[in-house]
Amino acid sequence: MLKVSCVTKYFKDQKIFSNLDLTVDRGRFHVIVGPSGCGKSTLFDGLTGVTPLDGGSISWNHESLLNLRYHAAYMQQKDMLLPWFSLLNNALLPAKTSGQDMKKAKKQAQSLFSRLGLKGYESHYARQVSGGMRQRCALVRTLMFNRELILLDEPLSALDAITRRSLQSLLLLLQTEFGKTILMITHDIEEALVLADEIYLFSKKPMSLSRHYVLDSPKPRKFNDPILLNIKADVLDKLEGDLMNEQV
Amino acid sequence: MNRFNLLPVLFVALILGLWELFVRILAVPVFILPPPSCILTVALVRAPQILPHAAITLTEILLGIGLALCTAIPLAIIMFARPSLEKAFAPFLVASQAIPVFALAPLLVVWLGYGIASKVFMAWIIIFFPICISLLEGFKSCDKEYRVLFRLMGAPFFKTLILLYWPWALPRFFAGLKLGVTVATIGAVIGEWVGAQQGLGFLMIQSNARLQVDLVFAAILWLTAMGLALWWLVGVLEKKIIKWK
Repeated sequence: MLKVSCVTKYFKDQKIFSNLDLTVDRGRFHVIVGPSGCGKSTLFDGLTGVTPLDGGSISWNHESLLNLRYHAAYMQQKDMLLPWFSLLNNALLPAKTSGQDMKKAKKQAQSLFSRLGLKGYESHYARQVSGGMRQRCALVRTLMFNRELILLDEPLSALDAITRRSLQSLLLLLQTEFGKTILMITHDIEEALVLADEIYLFSKKPMSLSRHYVLDSPKPRKFNDPILLNIKADVLDKLEGDLMNEQV
Repeated sequence: MNRFNLLPVLFVALILGLWELFVRILAVPVFILPPPSCILTVALVRAPQILPHAAITLTEILLGIGLALCTAIPLAIIMFARPSLEKAFAPFLVASQAIPVFALAPLLVVWLGYGIASKVFMAWIIIFFPICISLLEGFKSCDKEYRVLFRLMGAPFFKTLILLYWPWALPRFFAGLKLGVTVATIGAVIGEWVGAQQGLGFLMIQSNARLQVDLVFAAILWLTAMGLALWWLVGVLEKKIIKWK
């Protein structure tokens, strides 16, 4: 279980968030939604140790940690594929950098390539394939971290709507087939509703939890589910209300 | 050949044409300013005399490049890995470029002798700086997001260097190397001017003293060709290595 308690972050004198709590049970898919610039990515930076937090505690499976650097795989908005490596070699980067058995890692990567629809593209370079395929490769690379906890920072936001829909089912595979525990940031409310077991809706300045939804309906879900549509309306109401208050 | 490749050729042809006309019309003596046609003839006809000297200068330049690569690359890596060392070395690096090579040349001849070593050292001084600084800047230009990715993968510095920083910095490294090999001729020739028994610089000094200005120009032509050839070779190497650009 991931437990984030009372985490606080300041930039100079500006409070980004304080006393923020989050809990993600093992094998669950939790999604963070919030307006642009509210501090969601800063929270991930703090969790992964990219920037230090100013307070609070983090624990993973009851082990208290300074950050999740060595315990979580991280996938960002951009695919971050290196242009000088083939797709397969990009996917093998976590294995190369952490000194894993390369023969075993290559076998694992090839099997993931098949599973995620990249078979036959192993020797292609990032510039030779579509944005959706690059993001699939980034997903394989994320799985190659071989870590149970996965942090996803708007992983599909750079893609067109159709590609995004097809990749959402792959994100779901991370939970259903690979048994990962996932914490994802997204701007896309529909995406959150389709994928999440729980949604955290954050408000802006300083970032704080304004709504928490638990979604019990089975996956895969359809957008036109009345319960989901109700939650979507509530989320949009809340976001629009925050925006109006900000403008006033 | 497209329009853009043709333009520099036409420009050079125009300059040479005007030069030829100017010298012919004003009947400028050959020992003052020979026409381009005369220089080209001398460069080709007297090639058996010029080429052994060119080979010596080329050897000095290539050794200077080799020495510069062997020293600039490790120093750039060290300065990148330890920014405090960059601060410590930076004044010396800048100073090495601020001192005119003409001022250093006689001292180097005194210290390293009239042989090839002083010329190689001169070439090294000139090439070292652009390679080292361009490589260092290339390392530093790596996107923060990629650094974060490697940090999260738990990659140690050396693996990050090999897999990320080095390929990332290669385009800048080659830009520095291109600049370095082009100006390397200056270092070697200045060294030969100050004290040498052979080399294109030596040939220029000797020819100038005998008022064989056409031979001086022929040596310059060969030197220019050498610089251009090195620049072209580095470009070919760059294209072969940086396939993803």
